[in-house]
Amino acid sequence: MNISNTINRNICHDLDLDWVMSAKANQSAIERRASTLGTRRSVKKQFQAAWLLRAISCIDLTTLSGDDTEDRVRRLCAKAQQPLRPDLAKSLDMNTITTGAICVYHEMVPAAVDALSGSQIPVAAVSTGFPAGLSSLKLRIAEIEESVAAGATEIDIVISRRHVLNQDWQSLYDEMKLFRNACGNAHVKAILATGELGTLRNVARASLICMMAGADFIKTSTGKEGVNATLPVSLVMVRAIREFYEKTGYKVGYKPAGGISKAKDALVYLSMMKEELGVEWTRPELFRFGASSLLGDIERQLEHYATGAYSASFRHAMG
Amino acid sequence: MPLARILRRSDMQWGDQMDIMKIYETMDYGAAPESTDEANTWLAEKNRKFGHFINGDFVSGTDHFETINPATGTTLALISHATVSDVDNAVAAANTAFTAWSTSSGFERAKVLYALARNIQKHARLFSVLETLDNGKPIRESRDIDIPLVHRHFYYHAGMAQLMSKELPNRAPIGVCGQIIPWNFPMLMLAWKIAPALAMGNTVVLKPAETTSLTALLFAEICMQSGVPSGVVNIVTGDGGVGDMIVRHQDVHKVAFTGSTDVGRKIRQATAGSGKSLTLELGGKSPFIVFDDADLDSAVEGVVDAIWFNQGQVCCAGSRLLVQAGVADKFHSKLVNRMNKLRVGDPLDKSIDMGAINSQAQLNRIKAMLSSCDTAKMITSDTHIPNVGYYHPPTLIRDVETSDTLMQEEIFGPILVSTTFRTPSEAVELANNTRYGLAASVWSENINLALGMAPKLNAGVVWVNGTNFFDAAAGFGGTKESGFGREGGWEGLMAYTRPNNEHKKKADYSIQVTDVIRHISINRTYKNYVGGKQSRPDGGYTKQIMDPSNAATYDIPISNRKDLRNAVEAANKASGWSSSTGHLRSQILYYFAENLSARADEFATLVDVFKPNGISGADEVQATLETIFECAAWSDKFDGDVRNVPMRGLALSLNEPVGTICAFAPSEHALLGLVRMIASSIAVGNRLIIFPSEINPVIAGELIQVMETSDIPAGVVNILFAKHTDVAKHAALHMDLDAIWCEETASIVSIIEEHSATNLKRTWTHVNTSTDIREFLDHATEKKTVWIPWGEG
Repeated sequence: MNISNTINRNICHDLDLDWVMSAKANQSAIERRASTLGTRRSVKKQFQAAWLLRAISCIDLTTLSGDDTEDRVRRLCAKAQQPLRPDLAKSLDMNTITTGAICVYHEMVPAAVDALSGSQIPVAAVSTGFPAGLSSLKLRIAEIEESVAAGATEIDIVISRRHVLNQDWQSLYDEMKLFRNACGNAHVKAILATGELGTLRNVARASLICMMAGADFIKTSTGKEGVNATLPVSLVMVRAIREFYEKTGYKVGYKPAGGISKAKDALVYLSMMKEELGVEWTRPELFRFGASSLLGDIERQLEHYATGAYSASFRHAMG
Repeated sequence: MPLARILRRSDMQWGDQMDIMKIYETMDYGAAPESTDEANTWLAEKNRKFGHFINGDFVSGTDHFETINPATGTTLALISHATVSDVDNAVAAANTAFTAWSTSSGFERAKVLYALARNIQKHARLFSVLETLDNGKPIRESRDIDIPLVHRHFYYHAGMAQLMSKELPNRAPIGVCGQIIPWNFPMLMLAWKIAPALAMGNTVVLKPAETTSLTALLFAEICMQSGVPSGVVNIVTGDGGVGDMIVRHQDVHKVAFTGSTDVGRKIRQATAGSGKSLTLELGGKSPFIVFDDADLDSAVEGVVDAIWFNQGQVCCAGSRLLVQAGVADKFHSKLVNRMNKLRVGDPLDKSIDMGAINSQAQLNRIKAMLSSCDTAKMITSDTHIPNVGYYHPPTLIRDVETSDTLMQEEIFGPILVSTTFRTPSEAVELANNTRYGLAASVWSENINLALGMAPKLNAGVVWVNGTNFFDAAAGFGGTKESGFGREGGWEGLMAYTRPNNEHKKKADYSIQVTDVIRHISINRTYKNYVGGKQSRPDGGYTKQIMDPSNAATYDIPISNRKDLRNAVEAANKASGWSSSTGHLRSQILYYFAENLSARADEFATLVDVFKPNGISGADEVQATLETIFECAAWSDKFDGDVRNVPMRGLALSLNEPVGTICAFAPSEHALLGLVRMIASSIAVGNRLIIFPSEINPVIAGELIQVMETSDIPAGVVNILFAKHTDVAKHAALHMDLDAIWCEETASIVSIIEEHSATNLKRTWTHVNTSTDIREFLDHATEKKTVWIPWGEG
């Protein structure tokens, strides 16, 4: 999945603090909008099947555990290349579908690159002292460079939450710009760790700054915070993406991560992207789910669609 | 594994699978229709033909007409126009049932209301689907908003029935309530009418709108299952003619109407002088105000919920968009983008934002209103619109001037008109530049600005950073031509109760006159008191009156309508009084009492001279002083309160002064009756024009001097001497008066009630039978509900 083929890649812009500080986010109103996102749209039957297939194509199939091993990662890579049971894929006429990427820690990158050789599936590495991002700046930048050298084409960095909490926007911008430059041709997803930023206004401001500093994607969470992707946070971030696009003409992608495990949730996220940003933002070039167990539920729902019978998880290959 | 089933599904869906590839690319939504099977089964069980629900049973009707599904134009069922005898029977049943129902315990009534709440909840989906079929609103709205609010309303009022005897010991049920409801929220408006009426021990005859009767008829069935005693709820169907029969029926004691301002005005005229209690919830042209520091994306969603909710057929729809100039282009651009994403179509589809307009007639009305509009200003969403059924696309009209009809008149459709403002005070002026005053929505992230707007907006409901919040615990209703009365909360119960001492004539001060009459020996000059000055009447005439012993004569000015006009202008200039502090008002009232007390003997003598009520002058003066003290005490204590609504934030119920009140003082208790009106109305910030009793104007003439020395600001109280029948009509017709008070038995009552319909001013005609100052204060205030959601982080 080569983003640069289809999307004019974001560049580093100057820091516009007036714009950053004018960002507003009324939490109650955002929560109200978020609470009806799932009730204003409903997709059924073949539409639901098609949408769920689209969701699969946007999944960054992820393993980020202390006990990850090369074997575990190889199994996940196999699943990424064949996310659906062959008979099921065939019955849906979707033989070529893959997930959007594989997402692993740096040490697992070589195994993933090896396992995915010959496929178009990119390897994403979490980086910069993930998940807390509190190792030295030098080490964080070196980590990016090493992962890129090892073959990762997408780097999921974590921002320094302290810069947001201290309202030190210049430092946040400078740090993000360094990360972006260290990535070179690899695409960079900026993880805001929204569950640790305190307010939706901070989420809006941090989103804008990361985009100004050249992020290709903005991403909610590491999956390790107490609260990960939520719809209110997502609304704030996709609205920031929309405003950034309207002002600069650059399309930045969105990746909610953590806590999205149900097919129904995936449908709500996709319809939110379509409503707030447009169909283009429902494709893997501009939209990813950071998820590990979501695929399993989608497989069960697709089998139910294909057969009319409710499925069971053991009927689908584990990832 | 059910192999046969797998094969069948696979075969059936081969064509679909071809589609999957295509949908995978386009990400289209496809159809997601809600099933109508249960609703159709229910209609079929009734043979798609309905009569009326009278005295606990369905009776067959005559003169049937079709109720149409506005989404398709097809007939759903036949509904009957009620006849005179149907209405008579329903009212008679309600009257018979009233005896037992009104004396049943709160607990008994609470059990019935609780059963209604539960049973509606159990059939929630059937109600929702039937509502959408008959009304055309999206199933999401009937399912997620209307019907949940309906059972919430019944639960809440089950509690009110339970609490009535302990919490409202001075209130009693009114009797038979004639209730006429509109088609935009058929079931919700039924709940708003029936739940409080039943909770307070009344019985009802309700007429749904002729285009949306089905859920009311299903509700009738639920009544039968919920233990509602026969005759307590009666439902008759038909058009406005049936409504008129109910309104005019002599055995109906209270009329409650929700609908258009024109019909509301007619009902006011029809009930004038009948003694019927009346509440009207009418139209609106509510402002939606966006400041430059608002969260604009959220405000855009607010607009969607304000004007494209229920196809804009909402009395409190935010239909006038006022945007601060600096962000106007940005906001409109966001709004148009959002508008173009709205999906219009089959209201049963779960992915639809806007359904059908309720009827061909309403669609025609909307189109007619737009026909004169400059199309260059009109932006219509480029949404697909079905070619059958009654649909209208979401529409925005920019740069509409205040003088434009579309800025002034209620369209009652998905049409938003917008203009810009420069400053907060200009926003207030534009917002209040309307005959209506139902609701307002304010968007700003600045707490000073947002909350500071709330008291300045002339509306019954203000939503801060939100719109169209409703709850049973929060009062809803309008000011000005949006009607009077509140629905929901404690204040909503006022409309369905009366003071339980109403029929007890006062015996409080029935002490016989024993004092020796002392005449005022020096001739006196009495003038009007307008704008803080004593002035001669416009006509230049006076009338000579004598005291009952014919021992002395007094020259009293004769005022005319021009004096009234001048007094209203003086009162309106004194608007600062309405925003003065309660502390200031109480100080002034205490001082008034002090100065009156200094002349107590003189006033006691005057009371004794005229003694129309037989009370001793000294006693009446003491009672008057105590009344002023009571009003002074309440000045800084007539607080609003906070309502327990299901929202993170506050819903405030605030007491605001009605505005400028015109009062006709009673002839009994010339001093006490006069001062009670003055003290109670100004205590809560009103300005007053008062006509003293014609029998005993002398006391008022003397009182002017007391008022002049009491620091009451100019124009707050204006006293005019006149023949009441000369000026009553002009007062009732005056567009800048907000309320009129008079006594129940006055010959001017029907004149006042009839002519007050022009601007739907509040009338209170029970002044002489009430001794409870709290009741005076209730009538002197308007409840405003302010919704303030909060939270960050």
